[in-house]
Amino acid sequence: MNELVFFINKALISGAIIGSIYALGAIGVTLIFGILRFAHFAHADMMTVGAFISYILMSMMAAAGFTAPVPLAFLAMFPAMIITALLAIWLDKVFYKPFRDKGSNPVIIVMASLGVTLMLQGLVRLFGGTRARSMYIGENKEIYRIPFPGAKRDIILTEPQVLLFIFTVVAVIALAIFLSRSRLGKAMRAVSDNPDLAKISGINLKHVVWTTWIIGGTLAAAAGTMLSLDVVLKPDLSFGLLLPIFAAVIVGGIGQPYGAVAGGMLIGFSETLAVFNWAVLLRPFKESFPDWFELPTKLAFVPTEYKLAVPFFILIIVLIYRPTGIFKGKVI
Amino acid sequence: MSGSFLQKYSRDFVFFGGLLAIIVGIFLSQGSAYTSRMLVEAACYAIIALGLTIQWGYAGLFNIGIMGFIAAGSFMSVFVSFPVNDKFWNGPGPSMLVQPILILLIGIALIVGLRKIKQIPQGLRTFLTIIIFAVTYLLVVAGIEPAAKVIETDAGFIGGLGLPVFIGWIAAGIVAGLIAWFVGKICLGLRTDYLAIATLGIAQIIKTFLKNADWLTNGTLTVSPLPWPVPKPSDGNFTEARTIYFAMTAVVVIIIYMLLERAYHAPWGRMMRAIRDNEEAASSMGKNVNRRRLEIFILGSILMGLGGSMLITFTGLFDPSGFIDLNHTFLIWVMVILGGTGNNRGAILGAILVYIIWVMSEPMALWLFDLVRVYGLEWFNWQAPGDLDSRALQMRVFVIGLTIILVLRFAPNGMLPERIRQD
Amino acid sequence: MSNPEPLIKLTNIHAGYGGMNILHGVEFSLIPGEIGVIVGPNGAGKSTTLKAMFGMLHCSEGSVIFDGHDITNKPPEKLAELGMAFVPQENNVFQTLSVQENLEMGAYVRRDNYSHLIDHVYEIFPALKEKRNQDAGELSGGQRQMVAIGRALMIEPKFILLDEPTAGLSPLFMSEVFDRIIAINKAGVTVAMVEQNAKQALGFAHKGYVLASGRNRFTDTGAALLADPDVAKSFLGG
Repeated sequence: MNELVFFINKALISGAIIGSIYALGAIGVTLIFGILRFAHFAHADMMTVGAFISYILMSMMAAAGFTAPVPLAFLAMFPAMIITALLAIWLDKVFYKPFRDKGSNPVIIVMASLGVTLMLQGLVRLFGGTRARSMYIGENKEIYRIPFPGAKRDIILTEPQVLLFIFTVVAVIALAIFLSRSRLGKAMRAVSDNPDLAKISGINLKHVVWTTWIIGGTLAAAAGTMLSLDVVLKPDLSFGLLLPIFAAVIVGGIGQPYGAVAGGMLIGFSETLAVFNWAVLLRPFKESFPDWFELPTKLAFVPTEYKLAVPFFILIIVLIYRPTGIFKGKVI
Repeated sequence: MSGSFLQKYSRDFVFFGGLLAIIVGIFLSQGSAYTSRMLVEAACYAIIALGLTIQWGYAGLFNIGIMGFIAAGSFMSVFVSFPVNDKFWNGPGPSMLVQPILILLIGIALIVGLRKIKQIPQGLRTFLTIIIFAVTYLLVVAGIEPAAKVIETDAGFIGGLGLPVFIGWIAAGIVAGLIAWFVGKICLGLRTDYLAIATLGIAQIIKTFLKNADWLTNGTLTVSPLPWPVPKPSDGNFTEARTIYFAMTAVVVIIIYMLLERAYHAPWGRMMRAIRDNEEAASSMGKNVNRRRLEIFILGSILMGLGGSMLITFTGLFDPSGFIDLNHTFLIWVMVILGGTGNNRGAILGAILVYIIWVMSEPMALWLFDLVRVYGLEWFNWQAPGDLDSRALQMRVFVIGLTIILVLRFAPNGMLPERIRQD
Repeated sequence: MSNPEPLIKLTNIHAGYGGMNILHGVEFSLIPGEIGVIVGPNGAGKSTTLKAMFGMLHCSEGSVIFDGHDITNKPPEKLAELGMAFVPQENNVFQTLSVQENLEMGAYVRRDNYSHLIDHVYEIFPALKEKRNQDAGELSGGQRQMVAIGRALMIEPKFILLDEPTAGLSPLFMSEVFDRIIAINKAGVTVAMVEQNAKQALGFAHKGYVLASGRNRFTDTGAALLADPDVAKSFLGG
């Protein structure tokens, strides 16, 4: 039983955590991919920037002596989401829209987004330095221990993890309602489906583009903040996020927000299950193994250092066998 | 004739003349050691930039994993040319490695063979491929792990083969080409965004592998001093050694340039440009499009592997952690788009000029931020953070990003535009 | 003759793609309530004329006047507000949106309650009502065409442009689509359409335009064109 609890803690919970982060990032990337038709490479760095904005707001709140029942950074996250959304719209206006207006090849815009990536990275490290920071000032990370029947160990959940789950579920449901019920949400789907016809129908592209960046920016800021709350805030937070997020987008099908959620979860769980030490789960059955089989102390599919290979491997498999992804997205 | 010739190439004369003046200026002010080091490194970058300019400029292929090809090539050349490590060859290591290598080869042979057997239905073939892959992978990993431990404790790492450096460089090109073949096979049928994502991924994985496979690459302990194909500075005359190395790289650059120019004006080059400029019209020529693209992707990557290994050989140190996206991917992008996409001379010009600016910008950024520190304290009583110097260097990241966008936006053709439209 | 003001008037239109002109001085006009049909051989510039009317390509010369507004080179997204609707020949539905949502997107520029218009479309095309929650991509070719026309009707257009509405349809569906178009016209909508099935279309057209090589060749009432032996010989297949 102890082993099972270990599995739940180390594989299921961490898989769901990182999967939620990927999903939140991937929703933005897939919407941008579907509507603006380019791979937005600066997305992971928008997550870092969002987390830093949360950090700054949180520090200001802490300095003002503000207290709350939830982590201050979680409260700071909401204004940070708004600021990041505005930043995203501004970045689009200054760096991407001129290329769209000129009718540039989308790949030029992808390259511009790489330029933006470097600029954001440079600015974050210039002003934030390179050290890691805790998102808690004068607060403690609350830890919930849920006893598991028949086991000595407890299932462990931290407060930011619980908040992340709740936030992800609420965000995905809200997004689903928005896309299926609201006029603007349907217009977003229409533009993603057939931009020419959308134009003919008189759909205001500007509003759709803004909405896309608002959704992408808010979710990126939230994901960055939550990830930093769960671990620490590092200026190279974006490193190692970009590839899994793009893998999630392609696995889920480009332009498919639900696919992005499914893809994010798939990648998240695959990563944690691939690096999970399965020897722990097999240990209780030691006696029933044949004599020649000696259970190694460590039995994982992929060493932890190579975690990044997991999303890449999944990406390759999908590109070979089903480039449209699970949810039949576009092949651009 | 000379008038029109001058006119036609006036931009070339102006820019290359300016570049020469800058180099002479640096030589006079900084001395020969500094200048020769800069020039050799710039020439190596020029080879890499030529690789990128044919991928991007000729065929519109979006490779943002240049670092991976450089790193893989460099490792290969180190492996081939580094002196033999007797401790490894006399120990149990080699025999322990035989089994996983054999399994790997059998696994690859089975997967390749399976693809050829068309009688088996597609679904079953896919299923079998995955099973074979998984079994091979697990067996290879299980075989390598104990071997790696033994090698690391007994011998440090496996060392090299002790072959001539030239062979190492050729091997570097081959391994980079093989990786390109693998990535290209999968991604080139799709829009080039996919290629960007895949190259980004493979570059990170190659670097992670080289960094962590201590038994193979010596990991963070690094490998040095790397052998040179020509007399080393430590053997005697410092300036002469560097000059010879520079002459060698310059010759390589010129040979590659001449070959590429010929290819560019040959039917092959025309076809590549046709594909780039109008994919739909070109694809009516049949599915040759993806084949041509694969060719050029491999060719460009070979140049990246070659240039990268020549660069690492020159520095004399193989450090897997030393490969970073900024220096080994994005800097090269700036070189190519600033120099002039699709123009081979533009790539060379861009590589040398941007590298000079890049080298100079480090002391400049430090100096600038030192001013900020001094005057910040003096005027505003602002205490600069302790890691200001490392932050100052981040300024360069920002500038590279900004340069990419400014060039794309305001000078999309670069300094020496592709001149095919006048021909 | 006391001609009423034309609703749409193209004067001396020169237009094309990427600097290459396809139209060389095309004229076209309809008074309110008319059906105008453009026929002609492949490459004559029929669809190009419709696109030039709807701001989908750049007119280098000439003018397009609609309902008293100069709309030359106005982007298509502005024209919906004026009461113009365009049904392209291909990709004319949002495949991943339901039938109902397709109609709602047609009404995107409206801020009033338009549910009665959706009911009205379902009256014209009863087959769509049962499929209202199905994705448009899953429908048959004829049903898609109905969705496309229905989407265009959602702004209660004064003027509707149809680019080969019967392309790829079976003869049965074809006449059904023609019937609907006539019904829509009877309800007061001016119609301009490009049509391959020239004989059938000219049969109910008030005005017919025969284009060739980007120029007007014949212009007359539909019936007169059908009766003209020259037109019949060169453009209607004898």
